Amino acid sequence: MTDRDLLQWPCARLLDQHPYARDFFSACGNPAMDRQQTLGDFLAGLTPDRLDALGMDRTTVVEQFLAFIHQMQRLQADRDTAIRSVTVVGGHDKDGRPEDLQVTLSAGEMIAVVGPTGAGKSLLLADIESLAQGDTPSGRRILINDRPPDEAQRLSGEHRLVAQLSQNMNFVMDLSAHEFLSLHAESRLVDNVAGVVDQILQTAVALAGEPFDAKTPVTALSGGQSRALMIADVACLSASPIVLIDEIENAGVDRRQALGLLVKKEKIVLMATHDPLLALSGSRRLVIRNGGIDAVLDTSDEERILLQQLDTMDARLTTLRNRIRQGKRLSLTH
Amino acid sequence: MKLVTVAGPPSSGKTSVILRAAEGLRASGTHLGVVKFDCLSGDDEKRYQQAGIPVKTGLAGALCPDHFFITNIDACVQWGKKSGLDLLISESAGLCNRCSPHIRKVLAVCVVDNLSGVNTPRKIGPMLKTADVVVVTKGDIVSQAEREVFAFRVKQVNPKAAVLPVNGLTGQGSLLLQRHLETARDVETLQDARLRFSMPSALCSYCLGETRIGPDCQVGNLKMMDLS
Repeated sequence: MTDRDLLQWPCARLLDQHPYARDFFSACGNPAMDRQQTLGDFLAGLTPDRLDALGMDRTTVVEQFLAFIHQMQRLQADRDTAIRSVTVVGGHDKDGRPEDLQVTLSAGEMIAVVGPTGAGKSLLLADIESLAQGDTPSGRRILINDRPPDEAQRLSGEHRLVAQLSQNMNFVMDLSAHEFLSLHAESRLVDNVAGVVDQILQTAVALAGEPFDAKTPVTALSGGQSRALMIADVACLSASPIVLIDEIENAGVDRRQALGLLVKKEKIVLMATHDPLLALSGSRRLVIRNGGIDAVLDTSDEERILLQQLDTMDARLTTLRNRIRQGKRLSLTH
Repeated sequence: MKLVTVAGPPSSGKTSVILRAAEGLRASGTHLGVVKFDCLSGDDEKRYQQAGIPVKTGLAGALCPDHFFITNIDACVQWGKKSGLDLLISESAGLCNRCSPHIRKVLAVCVVDNLSGVNTPRKIGPMLKTADVVVVTKGDIVSQAEREVFAFRVKQVNPKAAVLPVNGLTGQGSLLLQRHLETARDVETLQDARLRFSMPSALCSYCLGETRIGPDCQVGNLKMMDLS
């Protein structure tokens, strides 16, 4: 399909084959459209006032429209190209000592990132996010599916590799949970918006433990509910293959279940945490010191046994917490 | 000397974003300066001075800030050249959504923030639509979903632009912006250069200081609302 062909299409056919084109028309203020009219005629028929309001002139509106269609096609294609692995090729630490290692993070893996504040955890994440190619202070390089990323794609900002979940994040949109998720699903060009939205809502309610209604405004959700909704949304809808989690607070979210969900959705989960239960849930821990990755520790057999004990302790604490919440008394046997 | 125009709504984080990018550029040996166009007050000058960046401020006062910008930018280019700058960044606030300071063949950056709401990209006119690079700030305090929807909406209104999230507080993301700023073209003079899009226009009695209301006082380039 050439651009000239596209301009000869009747609007009805365009909307049928490229449903997202509706957004372009709605951004144009939905001027009256004859469904049989060709797209070229429609664009040519926009009034000077309308064009001015759009911030475009007669030639750029055609260019913009075609660029829009190409962009949406690229996004759709992108949705289908999977990122299987991200590799960090070592650079050097803050004193210039070589960081002599290469770490490959694979889809469906959870890795803990540990180290004191200021050790360089954020720097590592920033390197991954900007697809560093030896041009950041750490000198690291990032490979996607074992290859260096395409430079033009890197500069376009199109590959958003890292989705972030942190305790500082809030919902600011004045929408119900259902409207909010629908908007996100539409922006991801998913085919079955209603189905995906329902699935996320159910998952979020399961994670939160306290049910909430799809009509609840997202800004009115409790701390645990909004965290659960954010996690379920990132797992099911986010475009980014890597999820960075900056601690999950204990209250209101089943943390192990949340991590399990992200891993099941083939995300690469990087989690900054010093909670032994969460740190040992991962397959490995990256130890960050003085701006470099100092060591990569595989979770040992002994640590796995310890994890089972921690799980039992955590379950007991959850039971006690719930009894407190319900206004009941605690006993030594609980 | 390279020239870049940076524009964006008030409080979107333009100065912070420029300061963050400047750190990296100066570390790699770029001598850069800033001209800040403002309306009434300009405290940002101090922030640039504290960072040791040569800065000039222009206050539009009663004039349309964009008209003021375009009549002064070439003189600013000459100032930058005389000061031996490698890169001059012009920062101007898009005070109305119809603002459009971007110039053809001059790298154009628009700064918008996630907190302004997902409908904002559609409301901002040529300042956003004709930009080469759109920097999106304040992503650290909203949900991932809102960030993704916002970036998508920007792509809808400006499909050709690079859309880069930058955290003005930590500088995260500013590396890619620096790469773009390095690609800006050299400019000798802006004589005969052209704007990417016309600026908001009016030439009516109110432009000339009229304060009274009523048909007798309205003269010039006027437009009446259709209230039928």
